[in-house]
Amino acid sequence: MFWEYDPVTFSRTLTGLTLAFHIIYATIGVGIPLMIAIAQWIGIKKNDEHYILLARRWARGFVITVAVGVVTGTAIGLQLSLLWPNFMELAGHVIALPLFMETFAFFFEAIFLGIYLYTWDRFENQKKHLLLLIPVAIGAAFSAFFITIVNAFMNTPQGFDLVNGALVNIDPIAAMLNPAMPTKVAHVLSTAFMTSAFVLASIAAFRLFKGNNHVYHKKALFLMMKVGFIFSVATVIVGDFSGKFLAEYQPEKLAAAEWHFETEEEAPLILYGWLDDKGEVKGGLEIPYALSILAHGNPTAEVEGLNETPEEERPPLFVHYFFDLMVTIGMWLTFISGFYWFAVKKGWKIIRKKSFNFVLFLSGPLAMIAIEMGWFYAEFGRQPWILRGYMMVSDGATSAGYVDWMLFLFAGLYIVLGTASVIVLTKMFKKNPVEQELADHAYERGEW
Amino acid sequence: MDLEIIGISVLWLFLFGYIIIASIDFGAGFFSAYSELTKTRHILHHIIQRYLSPVWEVTNVFLVFFFVGMVGFFPSSAYYYGTVLLVPVSIGIVLIAIRGSYYAFQTYGAKDSKLYIFLYGVAGLLIPASLSIVLTVSEGGFVDIVNDQPVLLYEELFFSPLTWSIVILSIVSVLYISATFLTAYADVAKDEAAKNLLRKYALAWSGPTALAAGLIVLQMRAHNIERFENIMDLWWIFALSGVFFVITVALLLMRKYYSTAFWSLVIQFALAFFGYGISHYPYLMYPYLTIYDGFTNEAMATALIVAFIAGFALLIPSLFLLARLFLFNKKYVKGGK
Repeated sequence: MFWEYDPVTFSRTLTGLTLAFHIIYATIGVGIPLMIAIAQWIGIKKNDEHYILLARRWARGFVITVAVGVVTGTAIGLQLSLLWPNFMELAGHVIALPLFMETFAFFFEAIFLGIYLYTWDRFENQKKHLLLLIPVAIGAAFSAFFITIVNAFMNTPQGFDLVNGALVNIDPIAAMLNPAMPTKVAHVLSTAFMTSAFVLASIAAFRLFKGNNHVYHKKALFLMMKVGFIFSVATVIVGDFSGKFLAEYQPEKLAAAEWHFETEEEAPLILYGWLDDKGEVKGGLEIPYALSILAHGNPTAEVEGLNETPEEERPPLFVHYFFDLMVTIGMWLTFISGFYWFAVKKGWKIIRKKSFNFVLFLSGPLAMIAIEMGWFYAEFGRQPWILRGYMMVSDGATSAGYVDWMLFLFAGLYIVLGTASVIVLTKMFKKNPVEQELADHAYERGEW
Repeated sequence: MDLEIIGISVLWLFLFGYIIIASIDFGAGFFSAYSELTKTRHILHHIIQRYLSPVWEVTNVFLVFFFVGMVGFFPSSAYYYGTVLLVPVSIGIVLIAIRGSYYAFQTYGAKDSKLYIFLYGVAGLLIPASLSIVLTVSEGGFVDIVNDQPVLLYEELFFSPLTWSIVILSIVSVLYISATFLTAYADVAKDEAAKNLLRKYALAWSGPTALAAGLIVLQMRAHNIERFENIMDLWWIFALSGVFFVITVALLLMRKYYSTAFWSLVIQFALAFFGYGISHYPYLMYPYLTIYDGFTNEAMATALIVAFIAGFALLIPSLFLLARLFLFNKKYVKGGK
């Protein structure tokens, strides 16, 4: 081999790779069932077949993404034990409960998804069909809920005492209700819904940008931009709570994100910029008082700086860029979806412009980038801990050989799955455009 | 009864569930590919697709359920098995990933591709082979403790006749289970052509399955005499399993009561599987880890059992609904809506 074999580095890289790939499909998997249910519900309420068709087409594409989400989820589930056996042995004693409940939620979703997909034509009544979607959406949201609890526990472990290396006084419920849980769960769910809405809006915007003027795409775009806007606003609110949570429980994570070194009052928020050789921030955009407001809701409040944290326990400083990108994209999406909604209400002509539709098309990819950035920030910001305050990453990793080879094996797998899923999805919808499907339905009903 | 025993019994039951439904799934993939080669695809394709489509995701959950439950009830197993099984289980995950996702791609998206069908069929046989390594490792003799860390002895594992006997058994029994189930399914569907072909497959694979099982007992004797004696103490369970094997084959030969034949097969495998499990007691990984020193704390065990019962109150009616809509719905099975 050309490098020194270090299972810790390779385990980290492989876990990071699996998760970075999985969350793309997982986010879609959590959010889309709700969007399908919304479209189906509006279709029933308005008695508009366009919305029913929306639900149908989304569901068809959803199956492909679910498949990749399921298999990569299985991969990360097993990798937790394969790559982090020491960590799982310790954490399993305290946090197995939500992990276990997650599989129940997943099970529930899987059963109803199978039923939903295979009973399209069995029920005349569309309402019955909607009823089948509800458990799918609930199952999807609950699996995100439980798995995020596990992650929250790793950030703020509680519900046990460590006495001479042994775990005592274990309380599984207290471990679940850890301080990071409320903001993390709320943030993960709202961003998953938001991202899924923007991804679906992107598809419609892309069709309109390409010159297709069908009212079906306009309805889809308007509906999803509206839903996207609502969840963006929710995300901004939750994001603010998250900042306050960090200031209290994980000050070093917030300080690293903000390059806030000295503890001080009236702390400014720094956007972008870079660090010079002396560790001074250059070229950053400074917003006075903003960090104090984000951290404590008070412009003059004192914010703890990174210098208070021992050097070997500090997160890497590059998390600043992840944080900034995430926040910038979030703000932009909130603005653009709000603007679009307003413009439609006012009847402004800009919404028909090709260039504007291109801007809207970018929302989906941007939202997905923000998801990745947010997770990178959350995970690198917890370094060097795997279980903050209890276990370092280097102590949790496997001692096994061949982790490097496994990294290549899985990298190859994700390249194949990623490419194949994109090809299959494109083919699926190109072969069967909306106009064709609407015509087929009309024909079936004898309207021709 | 000890919580430890309840825990391992429930997990063992889940593993058994996975083995049966995954076998049907993996074997069906193989028969699909084989039918492509022998130009009998038109006979089998429909019946296999009909069964697999609504349940493929559920099959996968059974596996997830087993290993999450295992780590939950026996956290130390994450340490021992996690450390030593990195390579074989990773290969298994990659195969499952390719197989699972491509099944969806194929069914809902892309056109038929011969290469894909071939890969799909082969992957189905390699998955049981890669996962059955777990059972081999649990027998002891393949793991050493070096510097306080468990290490897998790849060479010993690869050259052990026991390894290969278990691999062979896993493959032939996958084909046997799958063919028998699909015969019964085709019978309900009144698909005579598929039924006759699958019945032939079932009979063809019954012999190798019985042979491979016998071979393992012999290997076990050479590998670990103590484990062999444990198995012999439970001879009557295995004998009973043999009786059900004979019943299944007899019914298949008589060309009737196919559903009964399948349930008799399930009982046969259940007896053998639980007999094997009991003979393993109390070890999770011989000789390092027993169910007693690997068990979780009392608070977590109680919480997990409560979650388990609550979860099942939700799942059983749902699974029942799924089965009623697709498996035991004659109209659906025959090709109706």
